[in-house]
Amino acid sequence: MTLSLKRISAMFLRYLYLHKRSLPRTLEVIFWPVMELLVWGFLVMYLRSFELSTVSTAVVFLINAMIFWDILYRSQQGVTISFVEEIWTQNVINLLVSPLKIWEWIASTFLYGMLKTIVITCVLAILAYFLYAFDLVGSIGLLVIPLVFQLLLFGWAVGMITSGLMIRFGHSAEALIWGVPYLIMPLSAIYYPLDVLPVPLQVISRCIPTTYVFEGMRAIHRTGTMEMNYFVWAMALNLIYFVVASFFFATMYHHAQKTGRLGKLGLD
Amino acid sequence: MQPLITASNITKYYDQTLALDDFSLSIQPGEIVGLLGPNGAGKTTAIHILVGLLTPTQGTVRVFDMDPFTQRSDIAMRLNFSSAYTSLPTNLTVSENMNIFARLYNVQNHKEKINALLDEFDLTRFRKQLAGALSSGERTRLNLAKCLLNDPQLLLLDEPTASLDPEKAEMIRAKLLSIQKKRQLGILYTSHNMHEVEQVCSRIQFIHHGKTRAVGTPAEVLIQFQSKNLEEVFIKLVRGE
Repeated sequence: MTLSLKRISAMFLRYLYLHKRSLPRTLEVIFWPVMELLVWGFLVMYLRSFELSTVSTAVVFLINAMIFWDILYRSQQGVTISFVEEIWTQNVINLLVSPLKIWEWIASTFLYGMLKTIVITCVLAILAYFLYAFDLVGSIGLLVIPLVFQLLLFGWAVGMITSGLMIRFGHSAEALIWGVPYLIMPLSAIYYPLDVLPVPLQVISRCIPTTYVFEGMRAIHRTGTMEMNYFVWAMALNLIYFVVASFFFATMYHHAQKTGRLGKLGLD
Repeated sequence: MQPLITASNITKYYDQTLALDDFSLSIQPGEIVGLLGPNGAGKTTAIHILVGLLTPTQGTVRVFDMDPFTQRSDIAMRLNFSSAYTSLPTNLTVSENMNIFARLYNVQNHKEKINALLDEFDLTRFRKQLAGALSSGERTRLNLAKCLLNDPQLLLLDEPTASLDPEKAEMIRAKLLSIQKKRQLGILYTSHNMHEVEQVCSRIQFIHHGKTRAVGTPAEVLIQFQSKNLEEVFIKLVRGE
């Protein structure tokens, strides 16, 4: 199957157009992450006042973890919200009867999600630097890039699963767009190490790629080097999740093509 | 001449519900075929099968002698679709909408093409306006302008005048007929307005409960049902008289 870059860029442009005139929409991209950063940042300032070295290290983890979590969340949202945008505007049929292939559409949502993530990460990194003297790049160096890539990849996989659920269940599945990432959150060892979880939950947690990203991030803070073990596990699991999510999305699409749901998306 | 569409013996079940029953249809180049029937007759199901949005339970479909389920993208380059029940993104302007679809259809010299179509459909003055701010008539014209971006050989129009007042509907019909004549387009047309169908369609096919009840030119169908107009035929068919 060949994908057309022209059609992918057409859809990418379609999502960019949404920001051209709508200031609230553009601000919304950064509003929630910035609010979160402010809350965590002030907590961090408060904790710093205790002047304990362990607290100080924990503080760095917290801001770093918050920024990383947001990358995953926005990457997933980038895919699903773009998809839902077409359902809301009743444009799905126009797209599906055009030469656009479903994987070209999905690819454009990946790109759009990635762009949003880059913008948010930059904004948060700059704000954290000036408000809380937290240097994201300085704290973990260029190792930030492969870790961020893992989060993006997992966000895309989760985005495909939530989009697949939207195709299958329509508007009634909309709550899942915001809810599914929070199912993953407590099991991803974001704000605390894996050991904190009860043993049965640790088993589940070890099956989620984000756990290795956040554990890896903590290891970098502790030792200053990236333990390849974490990266390899995150990558391997991500590849599995990506393939499974693609398969799930394709299955939902073909099921909807059989039941007639595809032609009713946005009209129900 | 190679038909644009050949659908043979299509049956479609939604679970246990029979939506189309042994439905066949063909459209030749330059022909306007009216697909008629009451609500729930199976018209939309048929159109969705023809464009590859829905898989039939049984039967075969060929569009430009290609399979709409495996060669959908190639087929889509040569046809276009408009429905009163779908909308172009209301939060994009008229020219942004046209620009996106021109890119999706890989239209060469798309700026000139868009300008010409906006001009043809009297939409130039709305080009910077959001599609959502257009009236129903203007939106219908925008949909039709989008439909002609790729110079299609085949148009599928699902109740294109459904939301228009009689004067606007008449204007759209006249526009469509002139374009169809000029470009020798094949059109599949659905409408509940039987007067419109008599005016526009060269051949009609009535379906009811998913089954074809009458096929022919409007004149042939009138003779077959000994009726004065298609509205009478429609009522007779639906009431089973």
